[in-house]
Amino acid sequence: MSKLDSKIPEGKLEEKWEKYKSTVALVNPANKRSLEVIVVGSGLAGASAAASLAEMGYKVKCFCFQDSARRAHSIAAQGGINAAKNYQNDGDSTYRLFYDTVKGGDYRAREANVYRLASVSANIIDQCVAQGVPLAREYGGMLSNRSFGGTQVQRTFYAAGQTGQQLLLGAYSALQRQVGLGTIEMLTRHEMLEVVTIDGKARGVIARDLISGKLERHFGHAVLLCTGGYGNVFYLSTNAMGANVTAAWKAHKKGAFFGNPCFTQIHPTCIPVSGDHQSKLTLMSESLRNDGRIWVPKKQGDTRKANEIPEEERDYYLERRYPAFGNLVPRDVASRAAKERCDAGFGVGTSKMAVYLDFKAAIARYGHTHAIKLGTHNPTEEQLKKFGKEVVEEKYGNLFEMYEQITGENPYELPMRIYPAVHYTMGGLWVDYNLMTTVPGLYALGEANFSDHGANRLGASALMQGLADGYFVIPYTLGAYLSKEISVKAIPTTHEAFVEAEKNAQAIIDKLFAIKGTKSVDHFHKQLGKIMWNKCGMARNSTGLKEAIQEIKILREEFWKDVLVPGSADELNPELEKAGRVADFLELGELMCMDALNRNESCGGHFREESQTEDGEAKRDDDNYSYVAAWENKGNNNYELHKEELVFDVVHPSQRSYK
Amino acid sequence: MNNMNLTLKVWRQKNDKATGKLVTYPVKEISPDMSFLEMFDVLNEQLIVKGEEPIAFDHDCREGICGMCSMFINGQPHGPKRNVTTCQLHMRSFKDGDTIVVEPWRAAAFPVIKDLTVDRSAFDRIIAKGGFISVNTGNAQDANNIPIPKPDADASFNAAACIGCGACVATCKNSSAMLFVAAKISQLALLPQGQVERIARAKNMVAQMDEEGFGNCTNTGACEVKCPKGISLENIARMNREFYMANIKE
Repeated sequence: MSKLDSKIPEGKLEEKWEKYKSTVALVNPANKRSLEVIVVGSGLAGASAAASLAEMGYKVKCFCFQDSARRAHSIAAQGGINAAKNYQNDGDSTYRLFYDTVKGGDYRAREANVYRLASVSANIIDQCVAQGVPLAREYGGMLSNRSFGGTQVQRTFYAAGQTGQQLLLGAYSALQRQVGLGTIEMLTRHEMLEVVTIDGKARGVIARDLISGKLERHFGHAVLLCTGGYGNVFYLSTNAMGANVTAAWKAHKKGAFFGNPCFTQIHPTCIPVSGDHQSKLTLMSESLRNDGRIWVPKKQGDTRKANEIPEEERDYYLERRYPAFGNLVPRDVASRAAKERCDAGFGVGTSKMAVYLDFKAAIARYGHTHAIKLGTHNPTEEQLKKFGKEVVEEKYGNLFEMYEQITGENPYELPMRIYPAVHYTMGGLWVDYNLMTTVPGLYALGEANFSDHGANRLGASALMQGLADGYFVIPYTLGAYLSKEISVKAIPTTHEAFVEAEKNAQAIIDKLFAIKGTKSVDHFHKQLGKIMWNKCGMARNSTGLKEAIQEIKILREEFWKDVLVPGSADELNPELEKAGRVADFLELGELMCMDALNRNESCGGHFREESQTEDGEAKRDDDNYSYVAAWENKGNNNYELHKEELVFDVVHPSQRSYK
Repeated sequence: MNNMNLTLKVWRQKNDKATGKLVTYPVKEISPDMSFLEMFDVLNEQLIVKGEEPIAFDHDCREGICGMCSMFINGQPHGPKRNVTTCQLHMRSFKDGDTIVVEPWRAAAFPVIKDLTVDRSAFDRIIAKGGFISVNTGNAQDANNIPIPKPDADASFNAAACIGCGACVATCKNSSAMLFVAAKISQLALLPQGQVERIARAKNMVAQMDEEGFGNCTNTGACEVKCPKGISLENIARMNREFYMANIKE
């Protein structure tokens, strides 16, 4: 049997999941009570999985490195969550959401997974509303929707610019309810450092208590990694400072294949870098592209202020190049277009690496409609501006405030300056239809897996996937595995596999302290980030990637010779935590470059300069690259490529067009 | 605006048992575009290279939403500005030559773990006592079967915007957690879905709040002023009403 069996059920696309659900093996309630499940991570995927599994009767342990489960980075998602509800009567359906997602991902995702995602999307909204998540409403009391990129329907549900926060707090509430009932043991300020496998199956984890520094052994009949993405390999990204690849990477080193590591999403609308001190980048939600218009001056090197440039001297380049989708083209397309204009010398701001996102037209338009609504006849210019600002403030107030905090500029008066930044990773641990990795009993959910977004994720689909995996997929698919494990008694953590795994974790910590070098962890992280951004970022080519691989190897050697980790292991030590994470990024970065080098085509967010159409769009090569690249770790930074061929029974891959 | 030279006085405490003290650190060439935490990154980098222990502080998203950052700056949680978390406070709010005193949240229910890091797990325990609607996955009806008047939905959202940072507790002379607890009770009390468990929720959450050692409310309103998300004091009034109703109905 092939090592990569995606285990997609037989049958018609729209019947696969229904049929699976009604035929999958079940675990009876008495047996569930003696089955233990470890969930690593408490974001949307982790919290929803932990809560749902505990509700079903499993014994759950959930881990997060933050001081509370509520702080996982899902909380920072701004714009919204997609669901095929068709509440707007604009022709939406499960099929359309499925189709948009496969096309948006540039035909590099599995049809069956995406169809399942689309079909459970509506249940997510129902579940969250039932939990008391205050999603935005219309005056009639019904839920409100907005548009997001890559679609022509309004299917995005939202809560101002804080949708991720509200959805996560909903899942967190459900999780804390189970904590209160004693069905979940929540271990905050814990970091997973090893997966424990016994007879080839995942049977637990080694975790470090970040306060005492002690290594702990935890048994589970199954282990779920819900640990998010690895965008922080670029040092600067919109990810939280603590976001890391360590859990997924340790799993990878224990046999879990890594799928499409080079697929990175560079989000088009982020606040530009302001200096060397920059520690992270901040996103301005894609929802702003509903109303904001993106432009640069028509003249190269124009030094005039934005407000001094007359309308006819502005190039609304997205509207010009993509008239059908305009400012709402998918993220990869919008990001490349911004880079193209800046590289060609049309960029704005002091660094010239920014474009404008302008709300003037929206404020004027809303001013008029709001004046009519208020019954104000012949409003003055002042009034129109005031009304318009009020509407924009209600929609995006928190984002505008955030922009002003960071840049010191008022976006109601001046257009925002924005530039693309690393935001999300479509790649991740390879999983089958059950969300199981190539290690039996080890699962990956949410951003941590590779499965649903292909080579580019559409906006408002990450929240959908995290919650779909946690609330509606894993509760079924985990049973398929655990139903065969009911006779397995809890394995004592004195078992040699636990002893061995703990030794490995301890050895890495000891090694890091023993170096006593001269440079901080951040020094190496920043260097790695620069290599990745310049050579494995928005545009990649064979020469650059080969150089990057060499540079990363050298940097990794330097790290292990010269890093300085202060303090000790038996206390709260953020530098030690960072050192372990950066050590893993230094390995992952090389694999990402190898994967990008191997994929000699452009698709979605992966743009190989060698492979583009005449007008500079990404050019896929379906004959040679219509597969998932799943990398096996062979030790000592050696990898073997396995391919999962992608079969498209329903949609027919074609050149993606948003024109 | 030019770069600045500043003097920092930072609370250093080895662990929960050790005695802490303020230690003075000069920092130079601080850009007004830096965030407050980026200034701490600069300082920590200097300390590390000198072989000293860097300052431990909580932070994660650095965009004002995770609620993890928690510095008590010149006597105010999250510093001098309103509606801002520490991570979103930028150095342009200070001027060259300033001395800035930085302490951890101060409250008996938030014991110091190390330096500027405190233990806020009491908040999680309060939520576990009733900050939820008991609806198992898979039980939900169609979302639009529950119409909710927009003003109610908006008020509920405004309360739900709480990030659980604990600034309300830190700034309160009584170390009261009423604004935090009231925000969750209000969010759910304002929604039709929250009605079923209304009585138990108010009683249980308030009981846990008391057990954790938070103080009472004397209506000074400091919490509302320092809440980075502008959670309104009205929520405390609503919580009190919920609590009294719960006691009457029992």
